[in-house]
Amino acid sequence: MSQTEYITSIGLEVHVQLKTRTKMFCGCEVRFGEPPNTLTCPTCLGLPGALPVLNRGAIEMTIRAGLLLGCETPPVVKWDRKNYFYPDMPKNYQISQYDLPLCLGGGVPLYDLAYPKDAQKSIARPGKVVQLTRIHLEEDVAKSTHHSSFTTIDFNRAGTPLMEIVSEPDIDSPEEAAAYLNSLRQILVYGDLSDADMEKGQMRCDVNVSVRPVGQTELGTKIELKNLNSVSAVRRALHYEIGRQIECLRTGIPLIQSTRRWDDDLGETSEMRTKEQAHDYRYFPDPDLLPVRTPDLVAREREGLPELPHAKVARFESDYGITHYDASVLASDRALADYYEAAARGATAPKKVANWIINTLLAYLNEHSLGIADCPVVPEKIRALVDLVESGALSGTQAREVFADLFADPAGDPAAIAKAKGFEPADTGEIDAFIDQVIAAHAGPAQEIRDGNDKAANFLTGQVMKLSKGKANPKLVTEAILAKLRG
Amino acid sequence: MPTIADLRAAYAAGDTTPAETLRQLADTIAARDGDIGGYLSHDLDRALDEASRADLSLPLGGVPIAIKDLINVQGHPCSCASRILHGKYTAPYDATVIRRLRAAGAIPFGRTNMDEFAMGSSNENSGIQPCRNPWDHDRIPGGSSGGSAAVVAAGTAIAALGSDTGGSIRQPASHCGVVGVKPTYGRVSRYGIVAFASSLDQVGPMTATVEDSARLLQVIAGHDPLDSTSVPEPVPDYTAALGHDLKGLRVGLPREYFAEGLEPAVRDAVQAAVRQLESLGAEIVEISLPNTEHAVSVYYIIANAEASANLARFDGVRYGHRAASPSDLLDHYRRSRAEGFGEEVKRRIILGTYVLSSGYYDAYYLRAQKVRTLIRQDFDRAFDQVDLIASPVSPVPPFRLGEKLDDPLAMYLADIYTIPANLAGLCGISVPCGFAPVPGAARPLPVGLQLLARPFGEETLFRAAHAYEQASEWKNHRAYPA
Ligand SMILES: [Zn+2]
Repeated sequence: MSQTEYITSIGLEVHVQLKTRTKMFCGCEVRFGEPPNTLTCPTCLGLPGALPVLNRGAIEMTIRAGLLLGCETPPVVKWDRKNYFYPDMPKNYQISQYDLPLCLGGGVPLYDLAYPKDAQKSIARPGKVVQLTRIHLEEDVAKSTHHSSFTTIDFNRAGTPLMEIVSEPDIDSPEEAAAYLNSLRQILVYGDLSDADMEKGQMRCDVNVSVRPVGQTELGTKIELKNLNSVSAVRRALHYEIGRQIECLRTGIPLIQSTRRWDDDLGETSEMRTKEQAHDYRYFPDPDLLPVRTPDLVAREREGLPELPHAKVARFESDYGITHYDASVLASDRALADYYEAAARGATAPKKVANWIINTLLAYLNEHSLGIADCPVVPEKIRALVDLVESGALSGTQAREVFADLFADPAGDPAAIAKAKGFEPADTGEIDAFIDQVIAAHAGPAQEIRDGNDKAANFLTGQVMKLSKGKANPKLVTEAILAKLRG
Repeated sequence: MPTIADLRAAYAAGDTTPAETLRQLADTIAARDGDIGGYLSHDLDRALDEASRADLSLPLGGVPIAIKDLINVQGHPCSCASRILHGKYTAPYDATVIRRLRAAGAIPFGRTNMDEFAMGSSNENSGIQPCRNPWDHDRIPGGSSGGSAAVVAAGTAIAALGSDTGGSIRQPASHCGVVGVKPTYGRVSRYGIVAFASSLDQVGPMTATVEDSARLLQVIAGHDPLDSTSVPEPVPDYTAALGHDLKGLRVGLPREYFAEGLEPAVRDAVQAAVRQLESLGAEIVEISLPNTEHAVSVYYIIANAEASANLARFDGVRYGHRAASPSDLLDHYRRSRAEGFGEEVKRRIILGTYVLSSGYYDAYYLRAQKVRTLIRQDFDRAFDQVDLIASPVSPVPPFRLGEKLDDPLAMYLADIYTIPANLAGLCGISVPCGFAPVPGAARPLPVGLQLLARPFGEETLFRAAHAYEQASEWKNHRAYPA
């Protein structure tokens, strides 16, 4: 008997904290790590009589997100109250957007490098774009901390702007879900909208997943997963849940529409509530807030739109002649891309600059647990260093030594460090003598070179390097050998 | 009690001082308010302290103003006459209207009684104490701003602030024989007013004379960046609208407002007032507001829907009444709210929750919003023909306490003449227009004339109401003659 094959459909609801200066509906500052309940006012505490006032900046940022993701913004958007009781929500309703959100449609392109490393070799649909349903803006709730017999609530977070990005059930695998989150994060960081770090709670996600047998057109029973606090948790939870659902279908256990909680330690999901217990949120237009007309805001945001990662990759390939892979690595992080551009602009060999950054600089930063933003060496010095190599003044090995010094003392100058280390191009007369000496000693290889075998020069160059104790520049030595033997 | 105008003249002449006025008020309150119950509390020492710094050159310098108990005054209790807040909540900030009053030199003095969370038309829904009509202590003062109307009528306040969601200023003003103004929606900031129905609520003055209302509205009106629904429209000089005749003014009488259910004694008083308006130069025109009959049902759907969300925050988690030793969170919510809210408030929260529920939203809330638009269009058409609309405020004179408690629907229907102005966002005024002989009452009871004007037409209201007031004798009648 043949095993039935199953199709998985995954949709994500991602909440993103926007980098605004103040909260969504009041003037309180948005800052994290302050003493509890110090960034509050009557409005974000939901005190009787207090009223909300819209934060224009948050609206503009959400429109920007929509433009970056190819969404449409309705000409008029409005605000609705979502009613439910919970102690972290001081009004017992949340101001959100129901039927006229800031963004509709659009999509998230899945970047190759956004897939988990082990999955990058087997991407099912390269270049896939996950369709979005909508993006809306709402206020965040307070932060509850549960103690043994009581709960404390910190309202510093209450009322901070939260953007909810809802995808279609368009994602086919846990790996695509991970790629979706990573790609989305890249784009949000590019737009300077959020740091979107899941581990810091700046980006939170709920996942809907269903499976159905091949051949069935309508989606299977939708199960929602909660408590997913990292991209890897999303991937693992989905693997677990898809396996569980397929197992249920195989053994004839009916699936019911429900919400399940992921336990990261146990590595499994467990039921929280079923559809029958679902809330009726009783959405209705918030009478405290006027609808917003958007066309002018959209036009203004469209002007200052940043270049997106995939556009940057294409431009890096054509402007700097670097490979698609290198361009993708560099463009995966806006700060890294900016660093590369600053270093590559005006460099003799922008391709070598890319190699240097990817192979040497990133390894150093990794070793020191630093991000590119914290890199002590300014990009101009990387350019100078690579230019020294290109001009033949330094060998690759020497350049790496210079770089190590530079990393420890970023104020230094590459040429000066090289000089201090004695890495000056050696006395040409002396090197010339070494070359003659080596050619005389190795007649065989010398003859091969005369006969047109360039590779044989590598051996002779190595011999010259030995005699010069590494001070000679191998590139120049090879050129000199070829010149001598071929005239 | 003196009017605001009298008091300012007396201060200027050095005949009295704010401290003296406050002490005299406190004495009168001690003598009279035990019978009336207009105040929930007042703090003479705090007011005297503020009086000692009063700048008498300001428009309301040293004038004490009584405040409805749903308006936040920093450091004062703010209970909305509900047991869920009473004795358990002190306002930590000033409402915008209070900031404006203070900036004009006024002294907020006393918290006036009201129907709990402004839900009611008789003040019988106060969760704290009954409030009585100063003209007849067996009768209701009206509501929900019954306390504010009663204290002005009883001479235990110079002037007061009330709030009007469906007639809550105009109707008690009518029942107590004082002047009450419901400003245009968006004219006065709602910031700091505990919300009943956000799309309908407006704060307004309740005073002994039209001139005092103009002076008080002058101070509290204006755009407020803290209230997104307040309108950035300049505030005209309202006192400039006083002292004119009514030549060229067209006044409409809505056919539907003089129909079945209107008590003859009330109708007679209003019609006499209309004749007086005519004799002052106004032209009287009959008009039609065909959707009037739907106003009460539309109002109770929209107001209660909004209230069900607005009152959700009273849950005992951060402030207010909290049930003893709850077994879990749900039990905490259920019992705290069941113990804290009164019957009428619970009824309205349940109604509001119901009309917003999945499957009912379109049939109730959405349809009500559509009919609300029709009602607004009725008025748009009417104001193409006329400058003002004149009508009764309430179809009946004040009834006995307890008389209608078992029939909430009858009480809802009595708001038929005041509710449409809130639904349409108009401004309106109630000005005393006579007394109705009522069987069994100690003496004839006040009747008010309602005038409605188009949005931001408060000047027209003041002009007509003032001309009428000056030409009529009712201003000379007081519940407690001096
Ligand atoms: Zn705040």
